[in-house]
Amino acid sequence: MHIPDGFINGATSLGAGVVAAGGLGAALRQGNRALQDRQVPLAGLVAAFVFALQMLNFPVAAGTSGHLLGGALAAVLLGPWMGVVVVSVVVIVQALLFADGGISALGLNMLNISLLTALIGWGAFRLSMAVLPKRNASVVGASFGAAWLSVLASSLGFVAEYALGGTGQAPIGTVLGAMTGVHSLIGIGEGLITGAIVAAVLGVRPDLVYGAKKYELAASRRLMPGRAAVGGFVTLGLMVAVGLVVFVAPLANSNPDGLERVAADQGFIGTAEDSVSGDSPLADYGVAGVKSDRTGTVVAGLIGVLVVFAAGTGILLAARRKRTRPAPRPGP
Amino acid sequence: MSVPALEVRNLSFGYPDGTPVLHAVDFHVHPGERVALLGPNGAGKTTLVLHLNAIFQPSAGSVTVAGLPATDENVHEIRRRTGLVFQDPDDQLFMPTVRQDVAFGPANFGVTGPELDDRVRDALQAVGMLDVADRPPHHLSLGQRRRVAVATVLAMQPEILVLDEPSSNLDPASRHELAHILEALDITMFMVTHDLPYALELCERSLVMNNGRIVADGPTSVILGDRELMRANRLELPYGFDPSLVQPH
Amino acid sequence: MLLYVLAVVATPREAFWAFGVHAVLVGGAVAVARIPAGFLLRRLLVLIPFVLFAVFLPFFGGGARTDVLGLSVSVEGLWGAWTILAKATLGVTASIVMAATTEVPDILLGLDRLRAPRLITAIAGFMVRYLDVVLGEMHRMRIAMLSRGYDPRWIWQGRALATSAGALFIRSYERGERVYQAMVARGYEGQMPVLSSVPTRSGSWVRALAIPSIAWAVAVAAMLAA
Repeated sequence: MHIPDGFINGATSLGAGVVAAGGLGAALRQGNRALQDRQVPLAGLVAAFVFALQMLNFPVAAGTSGHLLGGALAAVLLGPWMGVVVVSVVVIVQALLFADGGISALGLNMLNISLLTALIGWGAFRLSMAVLPKRNASVVGASFGAAWLSVLASSLGFVAEYALGGTGQAPIGTVLGAMTGVHSLIGIGEGLITGAIVAAVLGVRPDLVYGAKKYELAASRRLMPGRAAVGGFVTLGLMVAVGLVVFVAPLANSNPDGLERVAADQGFIGTAEDSVSGDSPLADYGVAGVKSDRTGTVVAGLIGVLVVFAAGTGILLAARRKRTRPAPRPGP
Repeated sequence: MSVPALEVRNLSFGYPDGTPVLHAVDFHVHPGERVALLGPNGAGKTTLVLHLNAIFQPSAGSVTVAGLPATDENVHEIRRRTGLVFQDPDDQLFMPTVRQDVAFGPANFGVTGPELDDRVRDALQAVGMLDVADRPPHHLSLGQRRRVAVATVLAMQPEILVLDEPSSNLDPASRHELAHILEALDITMFMVTHDLPYALELCERSLVMNNGRIVADGPTSVILGDRELMRANRLELPYGFDPSLVQPH
Repeated sequence: MLLYVLAVVATPREAFWAFGVHAVLVGGAVAVARIPAGFLLRRLLVLIPFVLFAVFLPFFGGGARTDVLGLSVSVEGLWGAWTILAKATLGVTASIVMAATTEVPDILLGLDRLRAPRLITAIAGFMVRYLDVVLGEMHRMRIAMLSRGYDPRWIWQGRALATSAGALFIRSYERGERVYQAMVARGYEGQMPVLSSVPTRSGSWVRALAIPSIAWAVAVAAMLAA
């Protein structure tokens, strides 16, 4: 689901285009030290692989489905620069040849789908690996977390772009809450798929996992991270999402001059004035009984995130239970 | 005595982890000859072939193509002289159209403009694929792709054409068409193959390789008729095929 | 095509007439290309999430409000909805026209002519060339799985799916290495060689720039009039 033309105004699109082009150029040059000419066909092949993967949809909630972005996966498998290049090519080809994503929005889409995912995913991966024990299972777990974060980063990028130049001013807080909620869930899917694929590759050809090369990994047969690790990541993610909703959403929900009003307030929660859109049917994003619309959005966002995470964790736990159930013994 | 098209002297090679693969391989091929390389799986045939165009460098011994030693300085020219056709055409046809694929080789050696167009046309004509020149490779059948792969190499005007399992996976009609085309080419040929009738049909001389060593070198019909030799090297004649009944060309 | 899209995006939203002209232009292109309506409409479906967003905008938007059909909607939201629908639809239609009429190699050639970075077009070329191959392998893996009774529907059943995705990556990677070997075997030394000797005819440039020129003229006129 890539941004079409006309959604974000020209100035923001152009700005994003400049950033994206710069980022891609830097990735190409940086990668040129590691990206010897042998990696040109390789990048093309992996791009085909990512494209093929992106065609798989998975259901995340009643009626909605997400698909893999692949930026974090590309970064862990090929390194951040190659990852950026590969996914960027996928996005470009999708826009030009498959009419997926507006041409004028190419910079925005590249920024969201390749630059933000690959770079933030890589950063998160390295940070995680720095604190985790150096084992194969950690690489898998770190990939999961990195992928989840990358999806969130991508959606935040979209929100920021919308805030800067979106058409039709939907309240940013609403957009933020909605995007964060849905993408937290999609991110879990991306995380699971990314982690599983990294585990699969580690099992057969560990030399192909760029992210693992930096560490002297103890050879271990155990490729999947333990329950504690997964729980840790989920909690971390939850905290990040909650923090975003509580602290950033109210800031964004006001008009530009309203920002000064927020700053002048005693705190973020509670204000006597209703915002202008108080009457509108914001039932989905507001909570009955809460006086201030701003508070309502925050609380609603919080509830949304919590529900999403409960669902996600429930799914994860169910998956664990299925896998740890002993296999039926073969007959005599 | 004319310069051999290919001269392999005492070639030995082992993988970085120490696994030995080729032992003192020694043979030469004269211009215009057609030689088949036979042997069981794992004998080292493909590894040997990758030495012929300097993708691998030997640990000991040498490779010389039409008088030019395959050392690091000569790598570029060696790759023009040894035209290697890989087993999987999909690995080898990597450009968006057939025409661009065939042009890729000579273009890397400085051929441009109308001369490049001529080379492409001649190469495609030699394999009978001129009418598909502007199609993408994945729209072609396997037999067609094999032939185009041969054209991509012919366009470089090599000294010797090296083919790795050219008839594998081809249906009988395509196999026959390819044999026809290879027959008509006026070029030195070195063919790795499991397809013993193919070897007999196209190559008057054969080498047998086993465990990284050359164990036999002689006329194909003689080798295929030597039951002991065949059995010792895991070479089996196809059901009902009697080499002594085949008339040499 | 990029120019046409930029012109559409640049048009100020109040100028309904301008959009009418834009629509005629792209409609003309569709007609000339003889693209069947059903095909076009199916491809336009990709816009649906954004259409939904556009539809909801008037209800959720901030700012001044008016009454339409008895429902209170936001003016900004209405304008936003209109803009998104118009520009996005026109943009996607233009993309579809290009994607449906131009052969992939020609698109890549066009990019090359427009001086896009060589590396990117080269990688894109390989990607497009091997997409069919990779999809084919993926398809065969899926058939193999189904034949052994494995049909995952929910994400936690995806363990074997992920393992085969990993295998697909490895196969794609190894094929990438073999392609590199094949390139090297034909003399590749790091730079993609110049392959084509046919320069673009000036006639093509004129025809290519016709539609975008009109679109830009319209957009500029609308901007000046606003």
